[in-house]
Amino acid sequence: MTSREQILAKVKSSQPDWRPLPPALTNVQNALSNPVEEFRTVLTNIGGAVIEVDSYEAIAAYIQQEFKDKKRIIATIPELSMMPELSGTIETGWENQDPHSYENVDLAIIGAHFGVAENAALWITEALMHQRVIPFICQQLAVVIRKTEIIPTMHEAYARIGNDEYGFGAFIAGPSKTADIEQSLVLGAHGPKSMTVFLLA
Amino acid sequence: MNTGTKDHAQLSDAFNADEARVNWHDETLWFVRAKRDKAAHNIPEWEALRENASQIKDNVLSNLHDYLVAFEANAQANGIKVHWAANGAEHNQIVYSILQEQGVDRIVKSKSMLTEECHLNEYLEEKGIDVVDTDLGERIVQLAKEPPSHIVLPCIHKKKEEIGELFHEHLGTPEGMSDPVFLTAAARVHLREKFITRKAAITGVNFAVAETGEFVVCTNEGNADMGAHLADVHIACMGIEKIVPERSQLSVFLRLLARSATGQPITTYSSHFKKPRPGQAMHIILVDNGRTTQLGRPDFRNSLKCIRCGACMNTCPVYRRSGGHSYHTAIAGPIGSILAPNLDMKQYADLPFASTLCGSCTNVCPVKINIHEQLYKWRQVIVKEGYADPKKTVAMKAMDFTLSNPSVYKTAGKAGRFVLKHLPFVVSNKLNLWYKQRDMPQPPTQSFGEWYQQNELKNIKKHNNDQ
Repeated sequence: MTSREQILAKVKSSQPDWRPLPPALTNVQNALSNPVEEFRTVLTNIGGAVIEVDSYEAIAAYIQQEFKDKKRIIATIPELSMMPELSGTIETGWENQDPHSYENVDLAIIGAHFGVAENAALWITEALMHQRVIPFICQQLAVVIRKTEIIPTMHEAYARIGNDEYGFGAFIAGPSKTADIEQSLVLGAHGPKSMTVFLLA
Repeated sequence: MNTGTKDHAQLSDAFNADEARVNWHDETLWFVRAKRDKAAHNIPEWEALRENASQIKDNVLSNLHDYLVAFEANAQANGIKVHWAANGAEHNQIVYSILQEQGVDRIVKSKSMLTEECHLNEYLEEKGIDVVDTDLGERIVQLAKEPPSHIVLPCIHKKKEEIGELFHEHLGTPEGMSDPVFLTAAARVHLREKFITRKAAITGVNFAVAETGEFVVCTNEGNADMGAHLADVHIACMGIEKIVPERSQLSVFLRLLARSATGQPITTYSSHFKKPRPGQAMHIILVDNGRTTQLGRPDFRNSLKCIRCGACMNTCPVYRRSGGHSYHTAIAGPIGSILAPNLDMKQYADLPFASTLCGSCTNVCPVKINIHEQLYKWRQVIVKEGYADPKKTVAMKAMDFTLSNPSVYKTAGKAGRFVLKHLPFVVSNKLNLWYKQRDMPQPPTQSFGEWYQQNELKNIKKHNNDQ
């Protein structure tokens, strides 16, 4: 008997009588009268920064101002990577290289499907990353999301995801961090040292 | 962890030698517990979430066979290779054979308590494989040649000065440097080089979804992702109880996990791995290692609902004051004390007794495991099977004799009160384990029985006469 057969046989003989799944939680008391405001508060609390903008041009201006010392900037958002104003700033044609080659990316600007107000997590699948490693390997991460795409809780989040097909997807909430040394919070453990979220009107 | 034959009490003694350090450890963990409370109280439906999570896990345990079969089929359809390991040894062999097949002898590993349980690192090192733990806390204890002392906070027992010394020795940081920001930056540089050069990455699994064949890994540091997305081979190791039926139920568990663990609203990264990236090989190892035995024990099977948040450790008055290493098993604290006896009742016979049965663990558990009741039940099983500490057995027999003989009980009570009052040195010495770190109580002048005879019976008679 293989280990598979052995384990499955033992599970079958040991598992208790069938118990039904509980109904999904409904009527989640939603104290969030203003999800965008909640998202902003939570993201700030976990070390991220929220920048409200009304256009992609405003994002471009912010990047040119605040990230002008960054050498290697990549973007997965066509509105930004194709923008003439950013042609010297944002690298093009980077998408199909070995993932290790992104080790020196200073800033990656990517999109998200939606954001969750209760925990400031942004749902991002690999279609929006181009390469899975991008949001983790870059030194700084910026994410662009429309204000209308901020939803209250994780229940709405999985209702939105539904049966979507993806090879890889992640909720990302704030910069990489650790508190392993005496519970002192330090931003920038292995991944991005900062996370800027552009909330697009 | 090889601690020889020392039990929890003896290992706690070593930890308790430095009282200031014990107080610091106690306060640090209580601080985490307080953060958990704040996060939980922020969610009006917190109790409904716990109940929902608990019921989902009840369903999982009752239908685990079919869920495992479905998970395997869906994962395979996604292009993931699925392996089954009956025990730790087989799990380790599978990992090694995958590495051999790929010709890899240096790997990175993110946090996985299962691989600690299976002693994977020791096994691979014997085979000549270089394993680098990439979670900062785990890297620190690895450099110190120690096991993690906490499942979420692996080096919570270490002071920053000690970590500074370790980094000075192994990473070449300046001597005497112990600033956490500086040390974390040094570790970032040190571990980036490992991520970039290692061809295989091992991760744990927080949740595996039967319906879709995907698995979720949660970290704050991003180390699981850095390893997995850069490596040619990703090996994910999971206990068979990590299954959830449907993707949508992840909402319940992700809402509970980080809030219970550290008081964060969610971990920084909740990564859903469904398919290998083009050109990558992805493996999942489903491990039993005693879990099916635990599933067959009606009193203890609920321990398999655990989502490894560590809340029961942070709140436990014994854990906070005895340290994770005193439990001499991969998973310390209250949950570890009900999991370990299932693996080896004799070796871990001491652990269910390392508790005050105060029930705080049960109250904070996000999946409502009746931890303190199981600790109590394990004590009974362990005594019945003859694995209890002989000192305890003798004491229990003496107690049984005293409590079942009213006259002996009365005499013993009188003698006790007399001794405490007139001959306190008889009990206030180190032969009396209870006296260690405690003062003996002030003896009452009379027993309740004597008081009742004197007062209450008189009152009752008076009352009856008045009627």
